[in-house]
Amino acid sequence: MKIGLFIPCYIDAFYPNAGIATLELLEKLGQDVEYPMDQTCCGQPMANSGCNSDAAAAEALFVRNFAKYDAIVMPSGSCTHHVRDNFDAIPQTEEVKHVRKNTFELVEFLHDILKVEEFPWAEFPHKVGLHNSCGTLRALRTASMSELGEPYFSKPMDLLTKVKGISFATPKRPDECCGFGGTFSVTEEAVSARMGLDKVKDHYQAGAEYIVSADTSCTMHQQGCAERGGVPIRFIHIAEILNGARS
Amino acid sequence: MKVKPVNHAKAAEEFLDDAPHLTFHDERLWDMRQKRDQQMHLLPEWQELRSRASAIKEHTLANLPEYLEQFEANAKKNGIHVHWAADGAEHNRIVGEILEKHGAKSLIKSKSMVTEECDMRAYLEPRGVTVTETDLGERIQQLDGQMPSHIVVPAVHKLVPDVAKIFAKNYNTDPNDDSPQSLAESQRMAARPVILTADSGMTGGNFLVAETGTFVVCTNEGNADLSATVPNLHIATLGIERIVPRMADMGVFIRLLSRSALGSPITQYTTHFRGPQKGGEMHIVLVDNGRSARLGMEEFWTSLKCIRCGACMNTCPVYRRSGGLSYGAVYSGPIGAIIDPTFNERKYSTLPFASTMNGSCTNVCPVKINIHEQLYKWRRVLVEHHELPFVKREIMHMAGKLMGQPTLYRTAINGTEVALSTLPRFVLYNWLNPWGKHRELPHPVKQTFHTWYKQNRLKNKKESQGGKA
Repeated sequence: MKIGLFIPCYIDAFYPNAGIATLELLEKLGQDVEYPMDQTCCGQPMANSGCNSDAAAAEALFVRNFAKYDAIVMPSGSCTHHVRDNFDAIPQTEEVKHVRKNTFELVEFLHDILKVEEFPWAEFPHKVGLHNSCGTLRALRTASMSELGEPYFSKPMDLLTKVKGISFATPKRPDECCGFGGTFSVTEEAVSARMGLDKVKDHYQAGAEYIVSADTSCTMHQQGCAERGGVPIRFIHIAEILNGARS
Repeated sequence: MKVKPVNHAKAAEEFLDDAPHLTFHDERLWDMRQKRDQQMHLLPEWQELRSRASAIKEHTLANLPEYLEQFEANAKKNGIHVHWAADGAEHNRIVGEILEKHGAKSLIKSKSMVTEECDMRAYLEPRGVTVTETDLGERIQQLDGQMPSHIVVPAVHKLVPDVAKIFAKNYNTDPNDDSPQSLAESQRMAARPVILTADSGMTGGNFLVAETGTFVVCTNEGNADLSATVPNLHIATLGIERIVPRMADMGVFIRLLSRSALGSPITQYTTHFRGPQKGGEMHIVLVDNGRSARLGMEEFWTSLKCIRCGACMNTCPVYRRSGGLSYGAVYSGPIGAIIDPTFNERKYSTLPFASTMNGSCTNVCPVKINIHEQLYKWRRVLVEHHELPFVKREIMHMAGKLMGQPTLYRTAINGTEVALSTLPRFVLYNWLNPWGKHRELPHPVKQTFHTWYKQNRLKNKKESQGGKA
């Protein structure tokens, strides 16, 4: 299986460690991974703003970059959601369909496709609060949703519990959105920032030293809110923990 | 006249500035959401009920004319006068004429979102009719000159001291006495004489039952029953989408309604109105007011399934932190954001963007309206109809172009490698500045992933390939 690695723009520019960890982790697991150098964006920011035709160029480029791979893996739930569920600014050719069908968020790829049983190199002696982004939770369905009362399951928790020394803090409102919401974070900045602050406080008060997430866009926003609001909590991408980061 | 779009963001910002109100609002509604969850866990068939409710509503909406005609025929047999109102103006005119015919001057009414839609009080009052809301929350809102901020708990954005002030102004009570008991008592003392002497009563309604020609009103205060039965004249106003085919369907909807709304198994009063009381008159006004047009909208017609429980508002993290009034519309919260644009696309063009599209609303909806997906679709429609602010439209256009050209994009990103303490140039436009108002920027990094990959993987690859050669 040849894997194409997609690193979303904000990870590329601001959180390269999450991208490096994703790549190294997949390599440790024996995967053949390539990062196409001409990649930019999946089209989501434009499409989510309603400007679907403006997403066409990004989507077409994405397909040009990734059509040749068996699987496309990305450390981002919301980008995966866009490619899988809303990627329709361009004609739906066989190539496009192939790309959409074979795009995976990192956690679901590790959990469902590779079915990884252990991360022997991983040890994280800290108390963490897991933030499921709304994209992973309610669109990709990587965990059970509190609104539906369905039996508990959590793919990210299945993976994290395989890490030595890790412990978990449970916030009061685990499924509440953190308020990032793409351009919402700017056009509705007051509500967005308040949601973010409430979110990080919830984790902090539950005893979390770190907030861990499969979505860096959420934690980029949460980190900004925590730092401004004086909430002493740290942020880490799930790939970094699974790849063996100690702090 | 050019209509200005509602500025939800600004109104929300003001709401957020008031910590005691914000905290109460968020926690009170979150508590309702949690009580709803508890009720859901008590019913193993909860998801089946939701599916059935959705299917019944979709079937009924697909056959709406037939069921409405069936209802009309059966209601007439029950001695009920049935009226049809194409819009708010016709509704108000019909109600005004009925009242005039009876020489009625004092109308007591229970809560009805449709009369809010039609702005009925503003029509009747200049014509010499005193309208008195009998639902406590709605009465508080009426005395304060505000729209309801929530479809089930209309004054949930207010604290007890606010109510004390409003009552003091209107009922001459002590503005500093904010014990709920004395406030309830002063409302009772003020309302009872009005109720007992009113010459006409009005209710909304939750369900019209086609096969029986009857309708169902659910309240927790019993005020609808007083409004309907104390005067001899009862006018009920309902939207045409409120209809269900059979009485047996109530077994699905009554079980879902209050559990979804307040987290209580059933409303305190669930009254089936079957016809006028002895010597009295009963009228039903069936209101369209844009509903038929909405039924014809391929992507949005299922919003007509709504049973007005407010569960989507209670769960919505944006609504809880911005308050219903910030939506500037009769219907607020997630359901408002997908319904309101059908009333006025320009005025409510901002509302589908007042959401993170997190999807919690869709999950709690008892009739399975795909609210967050409709928000997404509305955004597309509004952009196509040129209702997105020019600056945002331009930025998206530029960003879209940039994202299609890797070399140009890389140049823009590489700005960060030169000036690591700042965001890339393309995100430095004024439009994006609000990020920093309540948030720090991401920290500068040594190099982008792209550069790291070039140095740590591509180089090695080239070297090892070179070695092989």
